[in-house]
Amino acid sequence: MALKVVHYINQFFANIGGEEMAHYAPEIREGAIGPGLGLDRAFKGEAEIVATIICGDSYFNENINEAVAKILSLMKDIEADLFVAGPAFNAGRYGTACGTISKVVQDELKIPAVTGMYIENPGADMFKKEVYIIETANAATGMRKALPKLAALALKLARKEEILDPETEGYLVRGIRKNFFAEKVGAERAVEMLIKKLNDEEFKTEYPMPEFDRVEPGKAIKDLSKARIAVVTTGGIVPKGNPDRIESSSASKYGIYDINNVITLDDENYETTHGGYDPVYANENPNRVVPIDVLRDLEKEGVIGSIHPYFYSTTGNGTAVKSSKNFAEEIDNKLLEDGVQAVILTST
Amino acid sequence: MVKGIEAAGIPVVHICTIVPISKTVGANRIVPAIAIPYPLGNPNLDSKEEYKVRRTIVEKALNALQTEIDGQTIFE
Amino acid sequence: MMLELGNIIINDVQFGNVNKVENNVLHVNSESLMEIVLEDDRIKDAIIELARPGESIRITPVKDVIEPRVKVEGPGSIFPGVIGKVDTVGTGRTHVLKGAAVVTCGKIVGFQEGIVDMTGPGADYTPFSKLNNVCLVIEPSEGLSPYDYEAAVRLAGLKIAVYLGELGKDIEPDKIELFETKPLLDQVNEFKDLPKVAYVYMLQTQGLLHDTYIYGVDGKQIVPTFMYPTEIMDGAIISGNCVSACDKNTTYHHQNNPIINNLYKKHGKDINFVGTIITNENVFLADKERSSNFTVKLAEFLGLDGAVISQEGFGNPDTDLIMNCKKIERVGIKTVIVTDEYAGRDGLSQSLADADFSANAVVTGGNANEVIVLPPMEKLIGSYAYVDKIAGGFDGSLREDGSIEVETQAITGATNELGFNKLTARSL
Repeated sequence: MALKVVHYINQFFANIGGEEMAHYAPEIREGAIGPGLGLDRAFKGEAEIVATIICGDSYFNENINEAVAKILSLMKDIEADLFVAGPAFNAGRYGTACGTISKVVQDELKIPAVTGMYIENPGADMFKKEVYIIETANAATGMRKALPKLAALALKLARKEEILDPETEGYLVRGIRKNFFAEKVGAERAVEMLIKKLNDEEFKTEYPMPEFDRVEPGKAIKDLSKARIAVVTTGGIVPKGNPDRIESSSASKYGIYDINNVITLDDENYETTHGGYDPVYANENPNRVVPIDVLRDLEKEGVIGSIHPYFYSTTGNGTAVKSSKNFAEEIDNKLLEDGVQAVILTST
Repeated sequence: MVKGIEAAGIPVVHICTIVPISKTVGANRIVPAIAIPYPLGNPNLDSKEEYKVRRTIVEKALNALQTEIDGQTIFE
Repeated sequence: MMLELGNIIINDVQFGNVNKVENNVLHVNSESLMEIVLEDDRIKDAIIELARPGESIRITPVKDVIEPRVKVEGPGSIFPGVIGKVDTVGTGRTHVLKGAAVVTCGKIVGFQEGIVDMTGPGADYTPFSKLNNVCLVIEPSEGLSPYDYEAAVRLAGLKIAVYLGELGKDIEPDKIELFETKPLLDQVNEFKDLPKVAYVYMLQTQGLLHDTYIYGVDGKQIVPTFMYPTEIMDGAIISGNCVSACDKNTTYHHQNNPIINNLYKKHGKDINFVGTIITNENVFLADKERSSNFTVKLAEFLGLDGAVISQEGFGNPDTDLIMNCKKIERVGIKTVIVTDEYAGRDGLSQSLADADFSANAVVTGGNANEVIVLPPMEKLIGSYAYVDKIAGGFDGSLREDGSIEVETQAITGATNELGFNKLTARSL
C-alpha cells in the first residue's frame, strides 16, 4: 500500500491569492493541490498525498502558536506516514512556515518531514540543523527539478533508509559532523592538501572554521555588599566519590552541591573528576579550582552580600559546546529563581 | 557555558587560564588564572602565600563584576 | 642524516622456550620477559599475554604501544636518553620488527587509558588490532604514587620493546627503506626549485599522564627546536602520555609518524622536506605564547614556504594549534593543520575549542564524541573495572553481556592527529 503523505503549502500555491490573501487561516483539503500534483507523480505510486494543508504566510508567522496547534489538530486523524512542506524557494515567510511546521510534525507527531527551499531563504539557516531541506532554485521555475529530489528523500526517510551525504541527496548541509572512513589516511590527505595550497590550486578543508556568536555583557553589579554570588565551575570539582558520576570527559550532566555550611573545600570531602589535566593539585586543595575559602572570608568581611548555597560543577574537556549550552540554560533558570545577581565561573 | 549563563542577563566573570579560548567562546568579563591544573593557586607557595594569590584573583573577578563594559574585556 | 630502516615482517607471535625471530614469527619466553619487568621494585607483579589480529580479545586499559626496534649500525641506541645513552640517533641502520608491538596495560593511572579490540567493529578504529601484540599487564606495588606508577609502566614497556628489538639485530630484513635529510643549506640546494616544507610536531606536555619525552627530557621544559626526522624513527621521542586514548600519540605513533613518512614520499618530487620543528603544549598561557613564538621564528629562519602542523590531545591544546597556525600564516608560510573533533554525541556542536579564519586547510581524524558499541569479546586482557571511568566512557558503558557502549574517544588511536588512520568526519 502506498505511504500516506500530508502536504503543506501556502495560499499562493493553493491558488487562493497573493499577498492580499496572506492572512488565510489553516484549512485542510482532501488530496493533492497545486505543486502537490507534481509531487504525487514524483512518488510514482510509492506514496500518495492524501491531504493538503493550506495556510497563509502572514497568518502563520503572526500567529505561530495558533497556526501550529490548528495544523496539528487537522492532522490528528490522518495517520500520515510522511509530511512534506513547500518547496518555498526564496519566499521568506513561506520558508520559515515550512521549517517551523516540519520540525513540529517530526518532533511531536514523530512523522518524518522534509521541506525544500533556496539556500538564502531565512528559513534555511533557522531549520537546516533539525529538518532536511532540499536545496531548490530561488524561484518557482525550479519546481520541476525540486520535486523528484523532495520525493526521493521523503521516501527514504519514511522507510528509515540510510540518508547519504548532502551532495548525493540534494539537501542543505545540516552541520552535523559524522564520521566515515576516507580512502587515504589523514597524513597523506594533509600532505596533498599542502601541495595544492602551495601551488595555489583549489583545495577543500575538511573542517571549515566556525563563527562563534556573542552575547551582550550583563550589567555591572551596583552594590556588591548586598549581592548574592554563585559559583560555577567546569573544573570537575565534586564531593569525594563523585556521587553523580559526572564523566571525566564529554560530560552529559552537571552536579549541584550544597555548600551551606562549608567554609573551605578540603581534600577529605572534595576532589576533581576532570580528565583533562593533572588532577593532583586540585585534589590536594580543591579551593585551587573553586575558591570557597576566599569567598567565605569576603562574605564574613561584608565585601559580598552572600554566597549562593549551591555550587554547580561539570567537566569542560571534550564536553560538547551544545551540552554545555543546555547545562547553562538549566543552571540559569535555577539561578534566576534563586535571586542570584552574579556568577563567578572558573575553568581549568 | 559562560555565554549561556550570561544570555539571561546575569553578569558572569570567567576565571580561566587560557584566555584565548575564553575570548573565542564569547566570555565578556575575563580574569586570567594561574595554570590549568591550579587556576586559583600555586602549589609552589606556602599556604598563606597561596591564599593571597587566590584572594587577589577573586578580588579582580569581583571588581570585573562591578565594572560596566561594552564588549569583551580582560581584567589583568 | 641518512637512515636505513630494515623491516623484518612479523606475521605471528608465539610463546616458546627461547626468545627469537624465526621465519617471520616472533617467539617470546614469558619467564625471561617477566624477569626484566620485575627488576623494577615499583612493580609488584606482571602477566605477559599475546593478542593477534582477528582474535576475539579486548585489551584495556591500554597505556602505551611500542614497536620493537634495534640499532644495527650508527651511533646510539633505541630510546636514547631513556633506555640507551643520550647519543644523537637517526643515522646508520635500524631494524624493525614490523607487525609486532609491546602493549602496556593494567590498573588505571588516570582517566584516559584506552581500549584495543583485536576483532569486530572496534578493530577498524585502532591500528593496533592489526599487530601481533605482546601485552604486559602490570600490577603496581602498594602505595605507589600515580607519578611513579606511570613511570614504572612506561619504562617496563620500553625495556621489553628494546629486548625484543635486539632479536632482529642479525636477521636479514624483508624490506629496506632509505630516508635522508641533509643539513639545511645542502638540503635547500639539492632541490632548489621545490617549495621548502617542514613539519611542526606538537607534543602533549601538560603534566602527569600528559607528558612526552625527547631524548629523556620532559617536553614541557623545552623551547621549540629542530630535529632531523630520522632521529624520531630511532625512538628519540617517547610517550608518557595517557591523554584521551583516541588522540594521544603512543610511542608507536612517534616511531612511525605518518606525516614524516608522507612528506618523505613527496620529497624531491613536489616539495623539499627540510626537517621537523618540535614544540610543546603547556598549561601556562605564557608558555603557549613563548612556544608558538619560537615555532614561528624557527619556521621563518628555515625559509619555509609551507608547513604541516599536527596537534596532540584536545581542549586547551586547540589554542596552541591555532596560535601556531595563525602566527605561521601571518609570516606568509602556508599551513595545513591536522586535528580531531569534539562535536558532541549528536555531531551538532562546534568541533574545536578555539578557531581562527587563517586555519583554512584542516585535516580531521573524526569526531571523538561519536558513540560506538563494541560487542563482547571472548577474552579480556587487563580489567573491565575502569570502562565507565575512562575518558569517553560513561555510567553504564559496560553492559551486562560484556558489550561496551563508548565514545570513539575511548579507543586507543581512533582519531589520531598525526593522520595515522582513514577515519575522518564530514558535515551532513
